[in-house]
Amino acid sequence: MTDRARRTAPPELDRILAGYPPRPGISDELLQPDGAPRPVWAPLLSLLGRETPEGIAARFARGDQYLRDTGVYFRQHSGEGSTERDWPLSHIPVMIGAAEWEHLSAGIVQRAELLERVMADLYGPGRLVSDGLLPAELVARNPEWLRPIVGITPSSGHFLHFVAFEVGRSPDGSWFVLGDRTQAPSGAGFALENRLATARVFRDLYPQANVLRLAGFFRAFRDRLNGLRRGEDDRVAILTPGQHTDTYFEHAYIARYLGFMLLEASEMKVVDGRLSVQTINGPEPLSVLWRRLDSRFADPLELDEGSTLGTPGMVSALRSGSLAMVNCLGSGILETRALLAFLPRIAGHLLGEPLKLPNIATWWCGQASERAYVKQNLGRMLIGPALSTRLPFDLDASTALGGRFRHNARASVEDWLDASGGDLVGQEAVSLSTTPAMIDGTLVPRPMVVRVFAARTETGWTVMPGGYARIGRTDDPTALAMQAGGSVADVWVVSDQPVRADTLTAQGTGPFLRRMPGLLPARAADNLYWLGRYVERAENAVRLLRAYHLRQDEDGVAENPLSGYVAGYLGRAGLSPAQPMPDGLLQLFDLSKGCAGKVRDRFSIDGWNALQDLSRNAREMAPRVAPGDDAAGAMSVLLRKLAGFSGLVHDNMFHFTGWRFLAMGRALERALQASRFLKAFTDPAAPDGSLDVAIEVGDSVMSHRRRYSVESDVRTVVDLLVLDGDNPRSIRFQVDALKEQESRLPQRGGGGMLSDAAKALLELQTELAVAAPADITPERFDRIATEIASVSDALTQRYMG
Amino acid sequence: MAEGSTYDINLRIGYHYDHPAASNRAILRMLPLTRPGQRLITGLVSATPNPDYRRDGFDFFDNPMTEITFDRPVEHMEFLFAGRVWVRAAVVALDLSPDAAGLAAELAATQDVSPASPQNFLGASPRVAPAPEFAEFARSVLGGQALSVQQSATAICNALHAEFEFDPTATDVTTPPLEAFRKRRGVCQDISHVAIAVLRGIGVPAGYVSGFLRTLPPPGQARLAGADAMHAWVRVWCGSEAGWIEIDPTNAMLAGSDHVAVAIGRDYSDVAPVKGSMRSFGSHRTFHQVDVLPVAVTP
Repeated sequence: MTDRARRTAPPELDRILAGYPPRPGISDELLQPDGAPRPVWAPLLSLLGRETPEGIAARFARGDQYLRDTGVYFRQHSGEGSTERDWPLSHIPVMIGAAEWEHLSAGIVQRAELLERVMADLYGPGRLVSDGLLPAELVARNPEWLRPIVGITPSSGHFLHFVAFEVGRSPDGSWFVLGDRTQAPSGAGFALENRLATARVFRDLYPQANVLRLAGFFRAFRDRLNGLRRGEDDRVAILTPGQHTDTYFEHAYIARYLGFMLLEASEMKVVDGRLSVQTINGPEPLSVLWRRLDSRFADPLELDEGSTLGTPGMVSALRSGSLAMVNCLGSGILETRALLAFLPRIAGHLLGEPLKLPNIATWWCGQASERAYVKQNLGRMLIGPALSTRLPFDLDASTALGGRFRHNARASVEDWLDASGGDLVGQEAVSLSTTPAMIDGTLVPRPMVVRVFAARTETGWTVMPGGYARIGRTDDPTALAMQAGGSVADVWVVSDQPVRADTLTAQGTGPFLRRMPGLLPARAADNLYWLGRYVERAENAVRLLRAYHLRQDEDGVAENPLSGYVAGYLGRAGLSPAQPMPDGLLQLFDLSKGCAGKVRDRFSIDGWNALQDLSRNAREMAPRVAPGDDAAGAMSVLLRKLAGFSGLVHDNMFHFTGWRFLAMGRALERALQASRFLKAFTDPAAPDGSLDVAIEVGDSVMSHRRRYSVESDVRTVVDLLVLDGDNPRSIRFQVDALKEQESRLPQRGGGGMLSDAAKALLELQTELAVAAPADITPERFDRIATEIASVSDALTQRYMG
Repeated sequence: MAEGSTYDINLRIGYHYDHPAASNRAILRMLPLTRPGQRLITGLVSATPNPDYRRDGFDFFDNPMTEITFDRPVEHMEFLFAGRVWVRAAVVALDLSPDAAGLAAELAATQDVSPASPQNFLGASPRVAPAPEFAEFARSVLGGQALSVQQSATAICNALHAEFEFDPTATDVTTPPLEAFRKRRGVCQDISHVAIAVLRGIGVPAGYVSGFLRTLPPPGQARLAGADAMHAWVRVWCGSEAGWIEIDPTNAMLAGSDHVAVAIGRDYSDVAPVKGSMRSFGSHRTFHQVDVLPVAVTP
């Protein structure tokens, strides 16, 4: 800080700003050119100045805890693969005054409109090329120019609906665009998460800091997408490449937040020129698709023929006018770096006005004079592929900065420019502004860019009042990416007027409407069903293992007949008795997590965290659990955690159709497991004590004791665990539950006829209702198991195919 | 009517699946083009069994295209074209093409991305990736000679014809051009892809033509290679004056009245006669049968 500024700043700021020197030639978000803090930062600075280091740490921890609870993560890629890492939030938000923001927004809206018109021309008459405003080769050689889209008029009337812009502040303090994100821009959901976390860090400041709220932006866009539907019964869906994508968390988050279906391409097909989703009741039409998948992968028939992520016929659905897509296929071409060289002139031509918001100065080296200029100014140039859609500071081996290559990839930049000028652009390496990051208790300036989002609503483009800031790890502006250790921050647009709190739910006007959920996609049903089955299978395994290890201990002899008998049963079930925490059990937890991971949008965060915790806990215990008592204790811990998960799911999850599949999976698996272990442990040839194992694994020790004060015999065990309709662990109880759930699934067609699953269940139910304990022989258990398996097949065929 | 030939053409492409998928979608490009020098007199594309959905239209390059779907499992399906086509005899025209430098200047002046524009045929395309070896080959063929673009293209196609051995066992429909080029073996698709890569490598716009050859040669002439299936050759842009010429590098000849064009594109991926998305597992068998018979037509 300069002396003059220091005199004007309150004393408590001295400590917090000790490590914050102004940097000549670089603009700063916090400090004015004269070194004094900008007024918009004052409330935050004064709060930080009053706070102790421990107080600040506690605040940050609160934000981090929120992010962990929400389950937001990012994927760190390395040579060996990728791992999930904690979300790298920089807790200090970027502060921008509302008046300045309004100015920036006007530039954003103009640019969004310009890009719409450019796209309409590139996929329409092609006049920009024939009028000499854009070189033909930048279009014709561009892999993002999708020829099958040429000639398509979007049914919504627009190509673009949701776009983002990477903006930075140049040394003179003005904003400029580094890159346009039009393909399938990500970050808006993450911006919302950053907001929720940062609001917790500064929960005393945020409510009264006049920060513009984000909910209205999302509400308007949600309403717009719903408005684009062709009919009230049509659905809006978000298309995701799947859970292995970097931004899958955001896809699931936005889907849940806005109430849209989250689908993968394989769940959809095109029938009679219309896109539809395969639901538990057959195909249902989709008329609005928010695409989070790159265009060229969307249709293996007409676009990239090697794509396994696409839906055959997607282009056809677009062509037939039955589908509104956000954004229209082919929008990736607008991200081309070289386009930035021509947009200023195109703006004048298409809009009749200059760009309100300039973009990074760019020269296409396919033109002799531009190439010469770039060569003369190599020292301040980023040079990279002309048709790349990456952001300017996103350097790789094919980029040169300041006339030099990273890792000496090539000898001479000049030769490169001469040999392949048409393939290259030069972009001015502007110094980005810095914003404060809290590092080791003091504020430190770090380079920053902000992603700003614009959505098309009923009344035109609207800009999200906030953004997704990326902050460099060091002074190096090329290290902004998370993969390079960068962090992210919230952006607070601060008004000088009080701001009302807002949520996604609009303030109640109009009649109350109870919205019923739409039909469940077949894939989601399948995953929920199997989640129910795997968790139940795991619980059964844990009970068996506990029974086994308890007996190891009490006899002190490993090789008694009962122990050997249980061990044999465990082995046949894929649970090695030699391992106190068998791999087979860990696998069941992984399978459960795998299913839940595919339906994150339909699954509560608490439920997901409970499942993660369960699986992590089992893995942590695995290497150090000893056989016998110790293993039995570990199994008890897991049982309590399983009960916690079941409680969360079965008590708190709304009983939508999805829950019914989860519940059916659980009931079916429980019945199947019971028919197997009861056959083994009620067998007349089974060793002494087997019946007690059966009652224990059937979790009915107390019930049995109350019902039958005598010693257990086969009849009492069979009665309680097979035929008793009031015991929630009996096979009969599961069959009743399955029948009840199945009957409440939405049915279509069939003319009131029972489904195959319902018939099989009714038969089984009747059979169990009239049976006496003595009727249930080992052979009868086999038959019950077979019948239950056939119910599963029928359910799968009818609803999940 | 100018001098030419008339053919009755039959094309059948069939698929048999052991485990048919629940639904199928395909795009067919089987209907011969109508363009200067070629006319579809009569003919139609059909499918058996009857598809559940059908839509006929044109693709970006103005090739006739038929979309069909089967919304049910189909074990055996067949796509057919039957019709009559007239093709004008090759006209030996004056070579009006410029030299390489002249072509570059004309290209720079061709600021156009409409389907017919040569700009569409210069860059990498899905099945033809550039490689330095292709341009090196062109230089070794052309040496330092001062040739017109048409002469260069002909020399390159002739050289490929001389070096390539026609060998249906060496490659399949997915073999990259560079691999076929290194083996110097393959079929019409490979030789055409390699010719396209070599021509683009020296800045000459080149595209892919799929079509038919007459099945039986006129009396006294040898049967042409590739006549028992659909054929492929290349089209080369020789400047705005000369326009596009078509050369069959597999037979080292200009495409003439023995060649019936069905579709043009940047490479095979733009013109495949049947492009399907059969989500199926297990094995499947295909067959492909072509008859191109000249007919005597009374004028």
